[in-house]
Amino acid sequence: MSARFQARLWVAQRVTAMILAFCVVVHLATIILAVRGGLTAAEILARTQGSMAWGAFYSTFVVAVAIHGGIGLRTIGIEWLGMGRAAGWVAALVSASLVVLGLRAVVAVVA
Amino acid sequence: MEVKVWRGDAIGRFESFEVPRQPSQTVLDVVTHIQRHLDPTLSYRFACRVGMCGSCAMTVNGTPRWTCRTHVDKVAAAGRLEIAPLANLPVVKDLVADMREFFDKWARAKGQLTPTRTRADEFAVVDPESPARREADAGIECIGCGVCYAACDVVKWNRDYLGPAALNRAWTLLNDARDGAQSARLHAVAGDAGCHSCHTMMSCTEHCPKHLSPTRSIAGLKRATWSLAPEGEKS
Amino acid sequence: MSVARNHPAWWAFMVHRVTGIALALFLPAHFWLLASALQGEAALEGKLRWTEQPLVVAGEWLLVIALAAHLAGGLRVLALEFLPWRDWQKTLAALAAGLALAAGLAFALAR
Repeated sequence: MSARFQARLWVAQRVTAMILAFCVVVHLATIILAVRGGLTAAEILARTQGSMAWGAFYSTFVVAVAIHGGIGLRTIGIEWLGMGRAAGWVAALVSASLVVLGLRAVVAVVA
Repeated sequence: MEVKVWRGDAIGRFESFEVPRQPSQTVLDVVTHIQRHLDPTLSYRFACRVGMCGSCAMTVNGTPRWTCRTHVDKVAAAGRLEIAPLANLPVVKDLVADMREFFDKWARAKGQLTPTRTRADEFAVVDPESPARREADAGIECIGCGVCYAACDVVKWNRDYLGPAALNRAWTLLNDARDGAQSARLHAVAGDAGCHSCHTMMSCTEHCPKHLSPTRSIAGLKRATWSLAPEGEKS
Repeated sequence: MSVARNHPAWWAFMVHRVTGIALALFLPAHFWLLASALQGEAALEGKLRWTEQPLVVAGEWLLVIALAAHLAGGLRVLALEFLPWRDWQKTLAALAAGLALAAGLAFALAR
């Protein structure tokens, strides 16, 4: 784990942050609009089912959040949990899990 | 007034002293009074006494400060004064911290100039108004007192973290037109031990007695290390 | 002990980190719930009904604030790291807090 690789992780963290800034604004707006008058599965699925646009949006969101969250958790593992090098591996595992679970959820609401 | 002073090293305790209040009294005055009149075995550092050298930096009521520039009135409003050595550094004895790791990290961050000219060459001409020189000048007044290092939580959580002072110095040199080791310096300040671990908590900037902003310098380093070339190639 | 830490930028960081942890812990549950749509609309609807319990509603509200706060704190970091330096970062921290609260309010009112 060279300084160069660690610098690249930092870059990935900031790049995904910028992507997520956009995704989160859209997501917050969607939540606030959708939650008016109560939230039903029918409403959600009516919006997302069969939609390539929402599929692409949420897939991007999932991958970006998995990378961003993983790198963040790695730092916390090192700084607060004293995990040393293991933090990287645990974080990678968490990232991978989030991608799998997340894309599964995207498929669930879009397919 | 009751003053609690750290005695011992990593293992020790706070010892209480009764110290008379004086007008315009500084915390350094208090420590000096204790050592001269109450307990000559108290160890502490000072030099200039007038806020120029940074030697008297200690933890006063939980905050790292220059004790010669800290008026007792300002910090002991509740009549309580607690003095300890600078945080994040090993304790030699009582109020004396071991500054070696602070300066070792300075060196590891390539915090020294690598000259490109000899005495046989003409003087380097550096325009003081150039953007690079202005950036360097914004951080150049650091006297290595260690207050920022003591204030930084990342230093506390990450033993390898070079710290605000070392990184600030590296930034000033990165902007120094005379220096010839920029590629090595960029590698030295990158990664978990370097600028990428700074979380912009800004305790350094908040506490620097010279009103420098290591956070600003470190932000510059982050941008400078955005694309690190492989070791040995020109950045 | 913590006198050295009572300044805006420190709180901005701590909020950013704590909300990050909260969101990271929440995400698997979020993905798991949405994935129930794989069993059909009724399955998702059933889980959504479950989330209407007062405690869960309160938790969701906190999560929306956490998301908004994490976004705002992240924007502060991006501004500090990429934009030309200005000395009014304290204002940035305050702005971030304001944004987060606004989002929380909007969410609470929308329901």
